[in-house]
Amino acid sequence: MPAIAPEERLAATLARLILDPSAPPARHIAVGAASPIPAAACWLVRKLGHDVRLSLLHKRTGNPFSEGSRELFDLTGQGRIDLFFLGGGEIDGQANLNLVGIGDWPGTTVRFPGSFGSAFMYMMTPRTILFREEHSPRVLVERVAHISAPGVSAPGVYRRGTAQALVTGRCVFGFDPARTRFTLTSVHPGESVESVRTNTGFAFDAPESVPFTPDPTPEELALLRGAVRAEMEETYPEFCARVWEREAA
Amino acid sequence: MKAHTLDALAALVPDGALLALPPDNSLSPGAFARALARRGVHDLRLVGVPVAGYAADLLIGAGCVAEIQTSAVSLGEAGFAPRFSAAVKAGTLRVRDATCPAIHTMLQAAEKGVPFMPLRGVIGSDILAHRPDWRVIDNPMADGGDPIVLLPALVPDFVAFHAVMADEAGNVWVGRRRELATLAHAARNALVTVERLVKGDMLEDERLAPGVISGTYVSAVAVAERGAWPIALLDEYGFDAAHVAEYARLARTEDGFRTYLDRYVHMREAVPA
Repeated sequence: MPAIAPEERLAATLARLILDPSAPPARHIAVGAASPIPAAACWLVRKLGHDVRLSLLHKRTGNPFSEGSRELFDLTGQGRIDLFFLGGGEIDGQANLNLVGIGDWPGTTVRFPGSFGSAFMYMMTPRTILFREEHSPRVLVERVAHISAPGVSAPGVYRRGTAQALVTGRCVFGFDPARTRFTLTSVHPGESVESVRTNTGFAFDAPESVPFTPDPTPEELALLRGAVRAEMEETYPEFCARVWEREAA
Repeated sequence: MKAHTLDALAALVPDGALLALPPDNSLSPGAFARALARRGVHDLRLVGVPVAGYAADLLIGAGCVAEIQTSAVSLGEAGFAPRFSAAVKAGTLRVRDATCPAIHTMLQAAEKGVPFMPLRGVIGSDILAHRPDWRVIDNPMADGGDPIVLLPALVPDFVAFHAVMADEAGNVWVGRRRELATLAHAARNALVTVERLVKGDMLEDERLAPGVISGTYVSAVAVAERGAWPIALLDEYGFDAAHVAEYARLARTEDGFRTYLDRYVHMREAVPA
């Protein structure tokens, strides 16, 4: 069997977080635009036999809704979406997300695309998994330049949840909203606590011994390369070719 | 119902108009945006519902836009929107950042004819700090201590989109993309390009009716075959990723963008079949 691709490890890692028994149940998960690895993770959860409804917002044909793209936000407003994925141009140690830009508002030094639905989804979804492959001091910063969506809210502000975890190309962090602080959960093979610290702009906690992020199981790998890939082909052809075509070759 | 030509439809939008556009996932009026750029309209205030893409970036690059209100401007997998990014950096574009459900909610308020609607979330986001027109009040239906955001009704002067078909009664068909119906209901004028004209009245057909926007809301229609291109149109045709990647590559520089305009906007080159 070919070596485990980094994308496969990330998808299996996200799937494990989705299934975390200590977190609120994920009965309905939504996945936004340009998110092939979170989408693969959700399909993996489904193909492992878990009864979860997936709303993939950028399927090329069809879509999960009949009331237009606002239906996602209406569902979320009611509390019917249990889990969502968010990223950011910058993510800070208090789990604040910046999708606006750097420099004076509205991002005169570097302009990111914009906040999308983050200012709403992050607060109204019981669980958010933060995902950003690039793990560098320019992305994981001490303090974001602008807050698109806050990691925690003042007492009295209506909010259902926040970040469960932050998954990057180097490691997995858990987030504790009471302490507004990340703790290193595992590092991917080839990384260490030191390499993560070097590449992270914010302070975080780490237990004395930090395990490696586990490999996908043979069953997970087989599903990713078979049934999951088949579901992903239409929406993410370039991703499927990049990750899986080398194996066919 | 009389169909306009594409350029006649574009001529209906005056300088300075508040023009709402759908995003790049489907039904975006690509041909109409190129017609507007060709005409050289000025000082448009765009609304990306709820995000903006190719059409907005093209109009910004062509110097047609003074302001954009949206939740994001992006070319999706082709990356950041280059002319938008350049205009923000140069300070030549006013950006009113929003978040997706806020755009929908402001249009829903306009659709209902009420002055504002509340929305959860958003409190603590810097978007709110830069939107003096958005207010936070204490929920008057609770016992106090429940802050909630109020958003003003947003009434675009125009919305433009590309639908599949128009009928003799002036109705247009957009399938399940009902946020376009909200947008058409909220706007003063809906300008619609379509793939084709069909006979009869689609509202008489139970199977078509749920995807129809009533002619009540439609100001003018023009036939533009493959008028969403390079954006997809429902199940009629797909997204032309290669073309949007070419756009993204050329639009990285001002000169490259001029080449794009010469090639695809001013030369009226035929769309690939």
